[in-house]
Amino acid sequence: MAHAIFFYIFSAIAIISAIMVTASKNTVHSVFFLILDFISISCLFIMIGAEFLGMIMLIVYVGAVAVLFLFVVMMLNVAQQTNQWFLSSQSSGHIPIGLIISAIIFFELIIVIGGWKYKPNLLEKINTQTQESISNTHSLGQVLYTEYIHVFQISGMILLVAMIGAIVLTFRQRDGVKKQSYIKQISRERAEGVQVLDVESNKGVSIDD
Amino acid sequence: MEYLNIIFQEIYKILFLLVPVLVSVAMIVWLDRRVWAFVQKRQGPNVVGPFGLLQSLADALKYIFKEIIIPSSSNKIIFILAPIVTMTLALIAWAVIPFSETQVLANINVGILYLFAVSSLGVYGIIMGGWASNSKYPFLGAIRSAAQMVSYEVSIGIIIINVLLCVGSLNLNDIVLAQQKLWFVIPLFPMFVIFFISALAETNRPPFDLPEAEAELVAGYQTEYSGMMYAMFWLGEYANILLMCALGSILFLGGWLSPIDLYPFNLVPGAFWLVFKIIFLFILFALVKAIVPRYRYDQLMRLGWKIFLPLSLTWVVLTASYLFYFNLLPTN
Repeated sequence: MAHAIFFYIFSAIAIISAIMVTASKNTVHSVFFLILDFISISCLFIMIGAEFLGMIMLIVYVGAVAVLFLFVVMMLNVAQQTNQWFLSSQSSGHIPIGLIISAIIFFELIIVIGGWKYKPNLLEKINTQTQESISNTHSLGQVLYTEYIHVFQISGMILLVAMIGAIVLTFRQRDGVKKQSYIKQISRERAEGVQVLDVESNKGVSIDD
Repeated sequence: MEYLNIIFQEIYKILFLLVPVLVSVAMIVWLDRRVWAFVQKRQGPNVVGPFGLLQSLADALKYIFKEIIIPSSSNKIIFILAPIVTMTLALIAWAVIPFSETQVLANINVGILYLFAVSSLGVYGIIMGGWASNSKYPFLGAIRSAAQMVSYEVSIGIIIINVLLCVGSLNLNDIVLAQQKLWFVIPLFPMFVIFFISALAETNRPPFDLPEAEAELVAGYQTEYSGMMYAMFWLGEYANILLMCALGSILFLGGWLSPIDLYPFNLVPGAFWLVFKIIFLFILFALVKAIVPRYRYDQLMRLGWKIFLPLSLTWVVLTASYLFYFNLLPTN
């Protein structure tokens, strides 16, 4: 009973906040609703016994990804998005593309959920033995680096490539920027730092850099 | 009726945990100021009550009776939500801290992940407060703290992996029990030092208090806050510091285990040892505040990403190889 009540509370919060992500006018509010969505979904994960996934969801998505997301949205300063945007001539070109993409995602979801519905033994075909006696984290650890090692490593490589790609695309070397060399600073000694010069009157000294 | 009974029982347990935590937060503020004063050869707060112990209570009363000012151009809902988020997150984490083998509110399987997740959410209170104030200095403080806390989270996570390799379980009680023979501070001493420094950065303590650096940013993200809302930020911050001390003592100093497993020490309840270790770590925190000058921001980032991250990653490889080679990997 209590389990069902909590399930409905969390899923209602998840759905409402997912709607609010797209519906709220303020972009920063959208990100906050996205975070609320992540949190309620991780609560749902914990409720079905996938405690490890739920916690990792909180740590990775809420604790790191959404922070950077929020960071970017705040820095871009697109605080208020008025409804006029949909009607203006320059933006109307985006709407059909957006509709096409959302239709594709919707049909893909229907195919996935439909396959599950019309072929109930789909899940049994997948080769996983679950034992009731060991915890979720333990069983995940047993298969992740043995059966799924290649998939796991490949997904890691994809993330690495994406990261390097982002750095390469945005990195630009600027000239005329003074950089500090820590090693140079630390290894400086008194003998190099202090110079005693005999200066003739009214001549001055040339000091490099 | 049965449900009500369970709920009342749980509420009683929660109050039994939270009231001591809140009282000790007030005491710890006093301790912080006394240690700080001691290092600088001052007296510190010594007027209100015996040894000035009631100073925090007097401060709290002052905050309660002050007016809460909400800036007219601020985003009101988020502005009010920010201190609530900070304090709630600082308090809910205490649910999994084991005070002895049985005295724990929620003995969950993934206790350490829960603690890590809650401490990584702590940044939201600061970002929300800084953004909703709609003012320059709070926003700058919020941006700084977001970058700082995300960076140091990474090294804390990897340090936790080091400890978990030696334990083989994510349960906090198992982590404590694995240290019965040897506290992890001895084999993993470099990790303990890095954890301590990262915890300073994670809780925005000096020398890493750049989000609220008063010389540059007035008071950082707290600038626009007043009265009880400011006090809630302040309580949340100190509760977070205590939590980091508790995490440090559970991961490295043997949690509620007594230092020597001999007759008179065995009788002392575990909760006493945990509190003792938390206070020991907190005094170290306070000493660092008094001794070390504030870091520059780029140095802070360099320390997190270029020194701590490679060092702790290398240590993970070393620990794993050592345990594997000598067949010491925990199996259960």
